[in-house]
Amino acid sequence: MGTKKIRAEYDNEETTDVFQKAEALGLSKPDLVWMYEVMVETRHFEEMATTLYGLGKVHGTMHLSIGQEAVAAGTGLARKASDYLLNHHRGHGHFIASGADVNKMMAEFLGKDTGFCRGRGGSMHIADVSANILGAQGIVGAQMGIAPGVGMAIKMKKTDQIALVIFGDGAANRGVFQESLNMSSIWDLPVVYLCENNHYGMSAEVERVSGKVPFRDRAEALGVPGYFIDGNDVLAVYEFMKNAFDHARSGAGPVFVETETYRILGHSKSDRNLYRSKEEINNWKEKDPIQRFKKLLLEGDVITEDQIEDIEKKMTKVIDDAVTFAENSPEPNIEDVTEYVYA
Amino acid sequence: MPEITLRQAIHDAIIEEMRRDSTVFIMGEDIGAYGGAFGVTAGILEEFGTERVWETPISEETIVDSAVGAAMVGMRPVAELMFMDFMGVAMDPLINQAAKARYMFGGKATIPMVLRMPNGSGTGAAAQHSQSLETILMHIPGLKVVAPSTPYDAKGLLLSAIRDPNPVCFLEHKLLYKSKGEVPDGEYTIPLGVADVKREGTDLTIVTSEIMVHKSLSAAEEVIKEGISVEIIDPRTLQPLDVDTITQSVMKTGRLLVVHEAVKTAGWAGEIMASVSESPAWDYLDAPMRRLAGLDVPIPYNRLLERASVPQEEDIIREIRAIVNNQY
Repeated sequence: MGTKKIRAEYDNEETTDVFQKAEALGLSKPDLVWMYEVMVETRHFEEMATTLYGLGKVHGTMHLSIGQEAVAAGTGLARKASDYLLNHHRGHGHFIASGADVNKMMAEFLGKDTGFCRGRGGSMHIADVSANILGAQGIVGAQMGIAPGVGMAIKMKKTDQIALVIFGDGAANRGVFQESLNMSSIWDLPVVYLCENNHYGMSAEVERVSGKVPFRDRAEALGVPGYFIDGNDVLAVYEFMKNAFDHARSGAGPVFVETETYRILGHSKSDRNLYRSKEEINNWKEKDPIQRFKKLLLEGDVITEDQIEDIEKKMTKVIDDAVTFAENSPEPNIEDVTEYVYA
Repeated sequence: MPEITLRQAIHDAIIEEMRRDSTVFIMGEDIGAYGGAFGVTAGILEEFGTERVWETPISEETIVDSAVGAAMVGMRPVAELMFMDFMGVAMDPLINQAAKARYMFGGKATIPMVLRMPNGSGTGAAAQHSQSLETILMHIPGLKVVAPSTPYDAKGLLLSAIRDPNPVCFLEHKLLYKSKGEVPDGEYTIPLGVADVKREGTDLTIVTSEIMVHKSLSAAEEVIKEGISVEIIDPRTLQPLDVDTITQSVMKTGRLLVVHEAVKTAGWAGEIMASVSESPAWDYLDAPMRRLAGLDVPIPYNRLLERASVPQEEDIIREIRAIVNNQY
């Protein structure tokens, strides 16, 4: 097994007292509730998407992030709306946490003309360029190559924006990882790398296909400060991402944050989970980030059981409304099929 | 008009556009103090500094990806791959990113970037530094492909390419860098998608580009002595392709020869011939359409073998005679 690390200690301290942690991070009660709502909204969105898929209403496949919602919620709170987001194919939560309109997201899932990509992209390519959401990738890791260019543009335009680029453990084994981090490193580009390590690239278990983990160590080797944290601890995610944004915004160059989490469901709709045990999945379900944060919020008296129930109802309605919007939206015009090939 | 080299014309287009538009910048390997592998970017670093001259590591994939990223957020990158062959390392950014972003994001993204790529054989650089791979790019909807043959065209087309809101692949034949031609002082542009008649004639149309334009012009000078009048059409941009100018010419001459350095099999000569065959020009043909292209081989190192692997003036003359004399 060589020098391969099987387990690494987290760089974060576990959040046990939500009140104390929130105070240290300067977070208000509405901030905490917002993160919880985003996690619940994402879970509802994806569960609804899978239901619609079962009904044959979603044309293509989709890649769900159930179990990974804390990474998106913590990052979304840390990101400013002016920061660019380069997303991955399992990034629905990141879009929701970036304020994307779920109506337009759901419409895109159904391939409708009112969708973010007017039905041209589908679940894998949600983008809202005018809102600085530069799209999601179907080519695993390609967004890592694009990010330095966004960082270069920011430097040339002398704005105080950040290019946030999100990818998984599978992408981290691609050659472009080295090229991208190296380029951002030599030029001190304002790029924040978020590696969402969910343990699997499709069926490839991260430790089986990686010469050394955590990937944080590879970033460090390229001169990029790296952190390996518990991605199911939403406050830890916020803390490290906030620090990463502050560091990059100060002109000090890129930062790499690796969040360990777990993909509860299969890679895509064709996955039958033949490569991992039920026991393993169930162990991670015990660490569900939503349940974990809910417990902390209740223990810290930030929120009551009634409020939890209200949030459930609210998000159920938000997602139901999104489905209604999407289903009532028109299909794209067939005559427009070649529109947008060229500007 | 002053005569300058094609290298100078490209250099001038870049530097003049950088002066005019602060969003234009260049990136690539060894483009700074070294001046680029072929000297095209010499002096640009001195004028603009590292803020707009990004001298990259050897990272072709991320060079092209980054051009896409910068373009998507409002810049106009002019990126250089040292040799067109290296686009093999950068195919994902070309075919899946630059070409797709606008479409798959529902028209929301605009990618105004130029990727300069020196192509062609004749320098003894062998199989991995000599190819003409433009057909691969023409096959990807979303990309534009420009291939100039003269300094005048190169400058005017490059200005249009930089100002174009789409990703443009800009070919520069290495053997043409030192070739000279008249270029007017001051700004002018040549629209993408407009072919140029490089020589008027009545008996046969040659459609060709880059260095083969010059070889064809020499061949035409030779066969006119035999009374064969050749018309030479340079598409200048291969995507979009000015099919009308080609079909008009074929309707006049009744014969078509397509000459390119790129290899024959599935090369763009086939596209030109197919376009003619499905146009009204088909009825005007007096002979089968023919193509003269690079052999289906990697470019060899040996001088004689290298020369034999791509069309030469004598080959073009032979083909012209064969078509006009019905000896194919």
